[in-house]
Amino acid sequence: MGSTQLPPGTEESLAATTALAAAPGEATDMVQLLGPDGTLGSDPIFSDYAKRIDPEKLRVFYTDMAKIRRFDQESTALQRQGELALWVPLTGQEAAQIGSGHASQPQDYIFPTYREHGVALVRNVDLAELLKQFRGVSNGGWDPRENNFHLYTLVLAAQTLHAVGYAMGVQRDQKAAAASDSTDPKAAVMAYFGDGASSEGDVHESMVFAASYNAPVVFFCQNNHWAISVPTEVQTKVPLSNRAKGYGFPGIRVDGNDVIAVHAVTEWALEHAREGRGPVLIEAYTYRVGAHTTADDPTKYRESAEEAAWREKDPLDRLEKYLRAEGLADDAFFDQVKADGDELAKYVRSTTHGLEVPDIRQAFASVYAEQHPLIAEELAWFEEYSAGFESDQEASN
Amino acid sequence: MATMTIAKAINEGLRATLTKNPKSLLMGEDIGHLGGVYRVTDGLIKEFGDDRVLDTPLAESGIVGTAIGLALRGYSPVCEIQFDGFVYPAFNQITTQLAKIHARSLGKLTVPVVIRIPYGGGIGSIEHHSESPEALFAHTAGLRIISPSNAHDAYWMIQKAVECKDPVIFFEPKRRYWLKGDVDVESPGLSEDPFKAHVVREGTDATIVAYGPLVPVALAAANAATEDGRSVEVIDLRSISPLDFDTVEASVKKTGRLIVAHEAPTFGGIGGEIAARISERAFLHLEAPVIRVGGFHMPYPVAKVEEDYLPDIDKILEALDRSLAY
Ligand SMILES: Cc1ncc(C[n+]2csc(CCOP(=O)(O)OP(=O)(O)O)c2C)c(N)n1
Repeated sequence: MGSTQLPPGTEESLAATTALAAAPGEATDMVQLLGPDGTLGSDPIFSDYAKRIDPEKLRVFYTDMAKIRRFDQESTALQRQGELALWVPLTGQEAAQIGSGHASQPQDYIFPTYREHGVALVRNVDLAELLKQFRGVSNGGWDPRENNFHLYTLVLAAQTLHAVGYAMGVQRDQKAAAASDSTDPKAAVMAYFGDGASSEGDVHESMVFAASYNAPVVFFCQNNHWAISVPTEVQTKVPLSNRAKGYGFPGIRVDGNDVIAVHAVTEWALEHAREGRGPVLIEAYTYRVGAHTTADDPTKYRESAEEAAWREKDPLDRLEKYLRAEGLADDAFFDQVKADGDELAKYVRSTTHGLEVPDIRQAFASVYAEQHPLIAEELAWFEEYSAGFESDQEASN
Repeated sequence: MATMTIAKAINEGLRATLTKNPKSLLMGEDIGHLGGVYRVTDGLIKEFGDDRVLDTPLAESGIVGTAIGLALRGYSPVCEIQFDGFVYPAFNQITTQLAKIHARSLGKLTVPVVIRIPYGGGIGSIEHHSESPEALFAHTAGLRIISPSNAHDAYWMIQKAVECKDPVIFFEPKRRYWLKGDVDVESPGLSEDPFKAHVVREGTDATIVAYGPLVPVALAAANAATEDGRSVEVIDLRSISPLDFDTVEASVKKTGRLIVAHEAPTFGGIGGEIAARISERAFLHLEAPVIRVGGFHMPYPVAKVEEDYLPDIDKILEALDRSLAY
């Protein structure tokens, strides 16, 4: 990376923070501000970013993490009760998602994978809409342009390329806006993916394209240690953040269970991208505490001791400790958070039952944007076929 | 009216598109300074700059995937895949993403990406440079697939493809790149709708349906058949998806006989779809079963034997004889 791309001093510090660890599982080299014991440490670059987070914002971080965990529990329960076909839990990854999501600005565009419920919450997506896909009533569910939060993508890594292309478009728009003295705020794009997905060719190609075109994109990899049953060690021999160097842009590993550090690092990265200094890779080092999905059984492939060790690093617990120790939140606050969570769970439960099953005619209507004779022909056949049943029924009445 | 080759017509069509649509851009391997391995994009980088004509990294999934992102942002990217046999690394992006985003978003998002692919054999090339994978894409709902057979269509169809809100795969008959023809740059005429078939030769005894590189072969076969006193109608499909069955049906109702010719393997190909549909739509008008002329069920053979593989005048005439014998 050229030294002109980074603020003074940043490059050296980044080199330190992204140094090669002994093994991906033993990182000693990540940015951490809020430790598991709830005490705040410091970092030469990112403490400045952390200072921007005022107490009210910290309380919002906690509230959102608690909300999305409660939502996760409720959705898991709904799946167990047969109300959802599948659920993809996020417990353990709240800080990575809430911290990074809050670092984005409304004009930024987000490409999630399929587990980013926390980011969706931050981006004001109605969580009931998020469940449409899992209930089998939609392959999407929300209008991505309303909150600049794209639809979930189930084919791993495909969206990382869309993010880069979108960022190339943003870059062009910004160039045009600069020429016309527009006051539109500068935007960046963020692509989320997992440690397993990092092995897919599309992630590699997206990083090549991002570097070639200096695209304003932040790659946000949640390394939750498992791709279904396969550990990160099978995907990579080096910390994932180190890969960025090979493409020619900064890579930062951050403690993904530390919402303050995640926010600080992501804010830095997004500013870096918005200012035209190119892409950044963030590896949020975290853990998927529960199953990969409700169809998975983690007892078959991992030790419960590993899970227990990670529970000790819980992102909510450590922020709670900090807020209490600093006198920034009291029992009343935490009671209110709990009550709000229960309220959200109730809302989700009732709206799930009410999610409308679409008419298949809606599917006919959206295959193509323009008129297509085969669709018209097949729809006409379907209408006639369906009408046949209706007239049979009338006849038998 | 101007006379030009198909390659030049596509070049001029792209030039017209880049001029009138500021959000359009070209992307692909070697398409800028080299002008593409077939020089179809020759000179465009000079005229429009490397912001509009991108020499991309060498990555097909990357080209199509980033084009999707650009389209989501409001741009109209036209991708070039260097050769037919190299589209497969992008197959995932085309079939699971490009084709489905409009449906997945219930129509809220459109991805007007055009993918140009030089396709087909007959140029004596080596492996992966002579394939006809159109059926693989036609089977995927959400994509439109067209292929011009002459310069006028090439000039207009590429422009119409970019204007279309749906993703379009534009198959270019590479062995016809140097075929010259008249282009009316003032008016598209029948080319206004690129998804409709054209009757390019009228006849009464049998119909031959072809598209892209085989249209001239079908016409030559029809001409040869007149020596035996046969009047053969020829249809240039132009669009493979949607397929203009109405035009084919009307012709078959007149002639009673249908031959479908394409370079792609016969098995599982577009010809089978046409045969099945026409049997259903015009069963009582058919004097003979629909006969397909196409490639064998084998990887595209080595260049020294491709003549035995490719549908030619004689193979079409043989099919015609069989049809007329019923
Ligand atoms: C291309 C592709 N291959 C396989 C799958 C099936 N699959 C779904 S999730 C998953 C593991 C993904 O792991 P990771 O990228 O680490 O993300 P995580 O789910 O842990 O967040 C697999 C193999 C898929 N969705 N897409």
